[in-house]
Amino acid sequence: MSEQTPMIRIEGLKKTYGSGQTAVAALSGVSLTVMKGDIHGIIGMSGAGKSTLIRCINRLDTPTEGTILIDGQDILAMNPKELRAMRKRVSMIFQQFNLLMQRTVAGNVRYPLEISGVPKAEADKRVMELLGIVGLTGKVNAYPAQLSGGQKQRVAIARALASNPEVLLCDEATSALDPITTQSILSLLQDINRRLGITVVVITHEMAVIRQICNRVTIIDGGEIVEEGDVDEVFTHTRSAAGRRLFGIVSTEPHDEPQFRDAIRIVFDGDSIDAPVLSSVILKTGLAVSILSADVKQLAGKRYGQMLLEVPESYEDRAKLVTALRDMGVTVEEVHLS
Amino acid sequence: MTADKIWTLVQQGFIDTLYMTIPSTLLAYLLGLPLGVLLVITKRGGIRERPTLNKALGVIINFLRSVPFLILLVMLFPITRVVMGTSVGTRSIIFPLFVSAFPFVARMVEGSLNEVDSGLIEAAQSMGSTTFQIIWKVMLPEALPSLINGAAICITTILAYTAMAGAAGGDGLGKIAITYGLNRREYGVMYAASIALVVMVQVFQMIGNILTRVTDHRHR
Repeated sequence: MSEQTPMIRIEGLKKTYGSGQTAVAALSGVSLTVMKGDIHGIIGMSGAGKSTLIRCINRLDTPTEGTILIDGQDILAMNPKELRAMRKRVSMIFQQFNLLMQRTVAGNVRYPLEISGVPKAEADKRVMELLGIVGLTGKVNAYPAQLSGGQKQRVAIARALASNPEVLLCDEATSALDPITTQSILSLLQDINRRLGITVVVITHEMAVIRQICNRVTIIDGGEIVEEGDVDEVFTHTRSAAGRRLFGIVSTEPHDEPQFRDAIRIVFDGDSIDAPVLSSVILKTGLAVSILSADVKQLAGKRYGQMLLEVPESYEDRAKLVTALRDMGVTVEEVHLS
Repeated sequence: MTADKIWTLVQQGFIDTLYMTIPSTLLAYLLGLPLGVLLVITKRGGIRERPTLNKALGVIINFLRSVPFLILLVMLFPITRVVMGTSVGTRSIIFPLFVSAFPFVARMVEGSLNEVDSGLIEAAQSMGSTTFQIIWKVMLPEALPSLINGAAICITTILAYTAMAGAAGGDGLGKIAITYGLNRREYGVMYAASIALVVMVQVFQMIGNILTRVTDHRHR
């Protein structure tokens, strides 16, 4: 993916709510690039500023400072007419779906076509086509109140696709759904990204969402970007504290163990995931190793294992262990647990 | 007075009352509905924020709403004469009724539109809707059940005001009840006219309730 072109470029974005003494900075200088064709995840805890960030991308919120370029066009310099045209190219879906309750499923999907003046016969055809994409052709004349959460989000997705957008912004789109429905909505988003080539920006506070569909991830914390990169890269070499917290590397729960201690984090992928890495290392070094935690995760379709090992007391043993692990082809890093 | 005569009297009163109520309600909506929309879109955080205009409208509406109808009726005599050609009689009442009702309608409409989920308006904005499209295709249809419910309240309120028509030489059920009941102590006529009024209110409210229910798709 080296020949990609940027779809969204954000530079030095700041957003402050209120003024003077009571001013609250939601974003304090965010720079970020989303490439064409990517599924780019933006993850952070609540209040990190991720929702403000995505709402600035289609100017539902107006930033205090900075620039946002969409396909090279400065959206902050746009007049209302240009802004409306831009919003037809950048669709959005929401946590609460925001469907028109007084319109049927078909009526909701037809809305963007209506406001663009698409002739009725053509619009009807397109509505059926879109409902086909999201798998809801059987609910054409139902009202949103008669649908489940997952079905509502499918209608919202069909509606968002009606204007043939180049970008789909997803603001916590699965946060109101149960895990199984979340899976199916995420698969649908992935499918749309692959089949229609639409760039997808996903805002979430759930690592599982990033792991399942995103190829790029930005971690945002306290209104700033703390980490960014390919999902597997960020996962295997998590540098930021916020990232570690989100990946569950450092337990946020208090534990009985000593307050500070060193550990070794190993991440294995590809070939090493099926190899008996730890047993081999133990046999080779003759060291007893205790496992603090271990799990295997799905990341953009690939499996990753991660393990936290207690560090041997002596420096030599530690070096021996790290070398033996590296020889096995796993990523090793020393972490400080608190 | 014979039942026959009372019946004829009430029938005529019914027609006069409708003749005052329906046109003034329609006129009140003609002005009150756009005014209600304006109040909602120009408020702070509205889709066409204009706080100063919003405040000015609010003051005017509150002023008109605080003047008792009977006083307004008298105050408006000169203007009514110009607008309606006369300031006495059943027809002339339509104008003061309209002036008194449109601010009330505007507030009712404002209340209904404020109930529309702000998320829907944001979604419409995110799809590139114009302000007019948001009003016409999102706010008004989404608020329809509530608007109809409000209209039933407005029409019955205006109906009640028509009872004061007698003060300006107008007719109608209210006038009949006052002249025959209060002045001539013919209580039979008074009760008949009052019952007719009650029935009218009930019918309007019932129609309103039914329409509210069938237009509301927010339930399963």
